[in-house]
Amino acid sequence: MKLSDGKIGEMYTVKAIDLEHKAKSHLQILGMTVGSKLEILNSKKSGTKIVKVRGTRFALGGAFADSIEVEKKGGDAR
Amino acid sequence: MRDLVSVAFAGNPNCGKTTLFNAYTGANLKVANWPGVTVEKKEGTMTFEGQKLNLVDLPGIYSLTSYTMEEKLSRNYVLSGEADVIVNVVDASALERNLYLTLQLIELGKPVVMALNMMDIVAARGMEIDLHRLPEMLGIPVVPVSARKRTGINILMHAVAHHIDGVNHHIEHHHASGGHMHDHHGEFAMVYSDDIEDKIDRISELLEVKYPEIENRRWYAIKYLEADGEIMEKYPLKLAGIAERSYEEEIINQRYDFIEEIIAEVLVNKSQREAATDRADRILTHRVWGLPVFAGIMAVVFFLTFAVGDWLKGYLETALDWFSGGCAEMLEGIGASQLLVSLIVDGIIAGVGGILTFLPNIVILFVALAFLEDSGYMARVAYIMDDIMSKIGLSGRAFIPMLLGFGCTVPAIMASRALENPKDRLRTIVVTPFMSCSARLPVYVLFSEMFFGKWAAAAAFSMYILGIVVAITVAKIFSLFSKKDGENTLVIELPEYKMPSSRTVYVYVSGKVKDYITKAGTVIFVASVILWALLNFGPSGMVEDMSLSFAAIIGKILAPLLVPAGLGYWQIVVALISGIAAKEVVVSSMSVLFGVGNIASAEGMSALSAILGNQGFTAVNGYSMMVFCLLYIPCAATIGVIHRETRSAKWTAIAVLIQLAAAWICAVAAFGIGSLLAF
Repeated sequence: MKLSDGKIGEMYTVKAIDLEHKAKSHLQILGMTVGSKLEILNSKKSGTKIVKVRGTRFALGGAFADSIEVEKKGGDAR
Repeated sequence: MRDLVSVAFAGNPNCGKTTLFNAYTGANLKVANWPGVTVEKKEGTMTFEGQKLNLVDLPGIYSLTSYTMEEKLSRNYVLSGEADVIVNVVDASALERNLYLTLQLIELGKPVVMALNMMDIVAARGMEIDLHRLPEMLGIPVVPVSARKRTGINILMHAVAHHIDGVNHHIEHHHASGGHMHDHHGEFAMVYSDDIEDKIDRISELLEVKYPEIENRRWYAIKYLEADGEIMEKYPLKLAGIAERSYEEEIINQRYDFIEEIIAEVLVNKSQREAATDRADRILTHRVWGLPVFAGIMAVVFFLTFAVGDWLKGYLETALDWFSGGCAEMLEGIGASQLLVSLIVDGIIAGVGGILTFLPNIVILFVALAFLEDSGYMARVAYIMDDIMSKIGLSGRAFIPMLLGFGCTVPAIMASRALENPKDRLRTIVVTPFMSCSARLPVYVLFSEMFFGKWAAAAAFSMYILGIVVAITVAKIFSLFSKKDGENTLVIELPEYKMPSSRTVYVYVSGKVKDYITKAGTVIFVASVILWALLNFGPSGMVEDMSLSFAAIIGKILAPLLVPAGLGYWQIVVALISGIAAKEVVVSSMSVLFGVGNIASAEGMSALSAILGNQGFTAVNGYSMMVFCLLYIPCAATIGVIHRETRSAKWTAIAVLIQLAAAWICAVAAFGIGSLLAF
C-alpha cells in the first residue's frame, strides 16, 4: 500500500521508494531506507503526513507520501 | 602549542549547534557570507587554557553529499585543511539520524569530537545513553553537554584541545563479515560490505597513481561510489570494471545498518514515555485546530508588537523631543549658523531620531520571531500552511521565508534557499517582499495615527493582510502560467519542542537591532542629509522656498503619475523616492519635507496632518499612501539580495516591476474605492 493511505497511529515498514534519484536519496539520508519502520503521527486531507522515522518527525508532502510503498506491520516505535 | 587552532562546528539542523556555538562566543561573533554564496558564515575567537581557538559555525546539514550548497561548502571547508578539529554537535534525542552525519564526518579524516547535546530530553523520556560504549564504537571522544544550561562546555573544549593532532584511534571490531576479512576493521569505524570495501581499495589505488595530492583517498573513493557529481567533475577517473553505477543506496543502507547496531548497544530503555512534543503536536498540528491556533499565535505577536511597542515608543519620543530641543538651544547658544542648526535639527535629528523611536516595536517583533524559530514551532507552520500554499503553487516551506518577511525582507529572502525546488524558490523570492517588514511599520503608524484616530491599529493591521493577499495573488498568477504544479514535495523535519534559550534569542535580536541602528546611522543618515540638501538648494543656489528646490523639480515631474492614486504631490513623490533607500526614510523625509520635528509624537502628527489637510490630502490619500508603501520596492538592500539570490538581472527587474505595478494598481484602487465611499 501507499504511505498516503496509511492511518494515524499505525506502524509501517518501507518497501520501496518510487522517486527520482535526488529526492529518493534525500529521503534515504534522512533515515527512510527500505526496511525502516515509520509511524504516522498526523495526516491531512491533502495527503500530507507527519511521520516518525528513526526517532525523528518529518512532515511529508502528498506527492512523496504517494510514492512511498509501505507494508503494515506491528512493532515497537522508536 | 599552535598560534591558532580552527574548530569547525558541524551538525544537523535543530541540533542546538548555534546555541552551543553562542555559549562560547556570545554575541561577539563575525557574521559574513561564505565566499561566492549567500550562506551565512559565523566565526568567533576564544582562548582556552592559553590556546587561541577560531570557532567556525558550519551550516546545519544532514549529510555530506553535493546536493545542496550548505553540504558542499561544509565538506570543502573541512577538506581544504582549514579546520583542525571538528566538533560534531549531536541531538541525543534524535541520535539515530544524527549519527548518519557523524559517520561521514569521521570519514573526512580530521579529528572529530562529539558534543552530545539535549541529554536532558533523553533523560526526561526515561532513556539512557551508554556513554562508555558510544565512543568505543565510533572511535571518537563523546562529551555530553547542555548548550542551554551551559554544562560540559569546558570539558568539550578540553577534549578539542587534546585532539588537535590526534587522528581517531582504537576502533573496536564490530560486525562480523562473511568471506575474506578486511583489515580496515581496525582502522575505521564505518566498514562497508566486502564488495564495497573491495571497490574502495581499488579506487584508492587508482587515486594514488592519478591524484597523489589527495590525502584522504578513502573518503574520495566512497564519493566515487556514491557517484558524487562534484568530485567526479573535479577529479575525473575511469572506473570501468569497478563501479559502473551509483552505489549510493547500498552505502546509505549499510551506514544505517551500522547505526542500528550502535543504537541497539548504546540506547538503554528505549522511549517508554511518550515525548512531550508528541502531546503538544496533537493540538498544534491538528488537522482542524492547527490553523486557528497558528492564527491566534500571530495575533498575539502583532498585539505585542503594536500595543506594547507603541506604549514604550511614547517614552522614547519624549526623550527625543527633549534632546532635539536641547540641541537646537545649545547650537544657537554657541552661535552656530542658521544653516547648521537646520541641518542638524531638521535634517539629522528629525530623520535619524524619528526612526530610532520605533526600536521598541522592532525589538518585540524580532523577539517573537526568534521565539517561534527557536522553540521549533516554525517548522510546524510549514506543515499547517502546506495545503493553502500548494493551492497557490508553493510548498508549505515557502511560508517560513514569508513569515520571516514580517521581520526583515533581506534575511527572509535569504531564508528561501531552504527551498530545494528552484522554481519554488524564485516565486518565493518574488512574493516575499510583499510581506510587510518592520521597516514599513513607521509609515503605517504615522499615517494611520494621523488620519484614523481610534481605528489606527485596524488600518495598520489591514496592511499586513493586504500584503499577504497580494503575495498570494502574485503567486497564484505565476502558478497559472506553469503546468506542472500541485506536486506537493514538502519534506521538513519537525524538531522536538524546547524552551527557547534566552541567549540564542538575545544574540538573534541584538544582531537585528544592531542592523537597524546601523541603518539609522548610515543609510538613513546619508539619505536625510542628501534630502535636506536637495530641499534647501535649487538651480539658483540656496532657496528659502522649498518648492523651488531640486527635490521639488524632480517631484513635480513624476507627480502626475501618482495623481490617480491620490498621491500627486511633489513632496510625497520625493518621500517615496527617498524611501527606496530604506522604507523608514519615508517617515524621516515627511518630517524634513514638511518641516515638522519629532514627527512620530502626537504634536508632530497633528501639525503634519493639518499641513496635509490644507492641501487636500485626507484619510483616503493617507490610506493610499500606506498601500503604496506596503507594496513598492521595500529598500535598496532588497533589490541587492534578490539579485544575489536569483543571480539574474532579468528576474531582479521582473521583481521590481511587479512591485511597482502592484503598488500603483492597489493604491489607485484603494484611492478610487475610498473616494467613492467617502462622498
